[in-house]
Amino acid sequence: MFFDPSALMEVRNLAIDYVGDNEVLRAVNGISFNIKRGEIFGLAGESGCGKSTVAFGLARLTRLPGLVSGGSVSFNGEEVLNFDGDRLRQYRWGEVSFVFQSAMNALNPVIRVSEQLTDVIQTHKSCSLQVARERAAEMFELVGIHPDRLEDFPHQFSGGMRQRICIAIALCLEPKLIIMDEPTTALDVVVQRDIIEQIRALQEQLGFSVLFITHDLGLMIEFCDRIGIMYSGELVEVGPSATIFENPLHPYTEALGQSFPPLTGPRVRLEGIEGSPPRLSEIPLGCRFSPRCSKAIAVCKNQSPHLIDYPKQESRAACHLLQL
Amino acid sequence: MPSSSTMMTTAQPVAKIPDSLLKLVDATLDFAIGGNMFKPKVLRALSGVSFELHAGRSLALVGESGSGKSTIARVLSRIYQPSSGKVEFGGQDISTLRKSELAHFREDVQMIFQDPFGSLNQTHTVGYILERPIKLHRRELKGADVQNHIVELLEQVGLTPAKDFVRRRPHELSGGQRQRVAIARALSVQPKVLLADEPTSMLDVSVRLGILNLLEEQKLQKNLATLFITHDIATARYFAEDTAVLYAGHLVEQGPSEHITSRPQHPYTKLLIDSVPNPDRRVAVSTERKAADIPLWTSDKIGCPFAARCPRATSICSHEMPEPQSAQTGHFVRCHHV
Repeated sequence: MFFDPSALMEVRNLAIDYVGDNEVLRAVNGISFNIKRGEIFGLAGESGCGKSTVAFGLARLTRLPGLVSGGSVSFNGEEVLNFDGDRLRQYRWGEVSFVFQSAMNALNPVIRVSEQLTDVIQTHKSCSLQVARERAAEMFELVGIHPDRLEDFPHQFSGGMRQRICIAIALCLEPKLIIMDEPTTALDVVVQRDIIEQIRALQEQLGFSVLFITHDLGLMIEFCDRIGIMYSGELVEVGPSATIFENPLHPYTEALGQSFPPLTGPRVRLEGIEGSPPRLSEIPLGCRFSPRCSKAIAVCKNQSPHLIDYPKQESRAACHLLQL
Repeated sequence: MPSSSTMMTTAQPVAKIPDSLLKLVDATLDFAIGGNMFKPKVLRALSGVSFELHAGRSLALVGESGSGKSTIARVLSRIYQPSSGKVEFGGQDISTLRKSELAHFREDVQMIFQDPFGSLNQTHTVGYILERPIKLHRRELKGADVQNHIVELLEQVGLTPAKDFVRRRPHELSGGQRQRVAIARALSVQPKVLLADEPTSMLDVSVRLGILNLLEEQKLQKNLATLFITHDIATARYFAEDTAVLYAGHLVEQGPSEHITSRPQHPYTKLLIDSVPNPDRRVAVSTERKAADIPLWTSDKIGCPFAARCPRATSICSHEMPEPQSAQTGHFVRCHHV
């Protein structure tokens, strides 16, 4: 595989297993994608499809019973999976930072937020407390919170403000990539809009890349440049947001898109998707979506489809029906 | 498909609305949150909320967290007693119900909760979970009739083969299946009113519509009055004929869902609709940000609770909360500027 110079991160055939007492379950089954510089890339899918497992894997945060069992993750041309302790410390947060779903749990409730920011800065950069505090105040202003509030405790902030503080902490070392795992799911829709607009503005200003994970396809299409759709540990479609929205290639993408009632247009009955995703211990033969797919044909039941390029749509999808 | 037509017909604003079944009349609910004995601090969770639920119709209650949606469900089911105002069921004030009448009220008004992982006892089988309310509330059913009724209920909520599900325990079921069991349990006592508090928000996106469609079918078949609590105005429009928008314990706008979403009148409703993710547009970075949170509404506050965030607020807004004005037939809004 040649190195694509526009890509910040290249993931090739990444496989992540969960090791049990009696069996090994493959949660991520050989997925490949890249994230370009300054791009917002989204991963969408139902719960349990492996999107968070991928995010943890990319930051080398997979812990037992999880195990990265194959593939490669290259960041700026370097192999992340081969990083040693020192390089890893620099990579985590210095180059790739994380924003988690529940801001209430990500912050330490008994430590003032100023300390939580300066701690990150001083751990990674040798600077005085004074300099670190100035940087912390700068970060607060960047995310729209008055620096006077640096000495407050997390419970004194609302959910939206706490999530903004998490974003400030993620940004304070100027990383090249921020992984956001359902950053707005626990928030109200008005606050969500606020945060999303702010991330967009910061991204345009600072030029970092984002890996954005959510189950809300509507939000993702609005926010991301390109989207990967995951099902049962595999990527079934990767393409630009517009294609995913207007012209989805994979039946799963289409069904997922129709699972959200629209706010406009005629009020018609929607069906969602019958059944539920397979358990990892009972993966069906052939295409993993075929038992729930309304369009499945004979070949779907016994042959796994591969991701194939469809240059006309600038999209890649794994479905036998597209090959007919 | 034949069922699609039913959804379409219910979408029409109905000319003749049946009599109200459960009615909330000017309900205010205060919670003491500290202060001292001379100057107590009182949180006003609900401020003069009134609406009616009609047989065979759904009302969606929409608002952000902390706006008082679940509190309303609790007042309606007599878990909370309103500080002033009342709840009427079939014309009778429910605070005056005698013990025997109360048992009937509890049969008639059933709740479905948000979290099907918490609302079902993990140690019991599905059969037992459904058997308890039947044995308690429907004593006329004996022996095999109870079992037949359980099977019938499971089939109604789409858990087939029912015989198989009777023996299972909640941990063997997916989130969507659990919520179906919770719905079957609510239906087991033949209620007239369903209070569904965010019944789909804990579920996976792909199974949400299945649950909503099931509730819709049951509502039509059994002529149920349904209160549907949600934070998602698009789901409200999909499911309910009418929508009421709640802000800091105040009902700010109420009317047919179609009107509310296509021609919102209240600035808060507009904000809510503008905030819904919309794949048709890209994130536009808004120039003006009025970031503020829902105010903690204490009993000494006056005026419109939305005034601090409202782009159209004037001095009158901070002094006086307007009475509901009719924007159209059946569409009410509380705002000085419409």
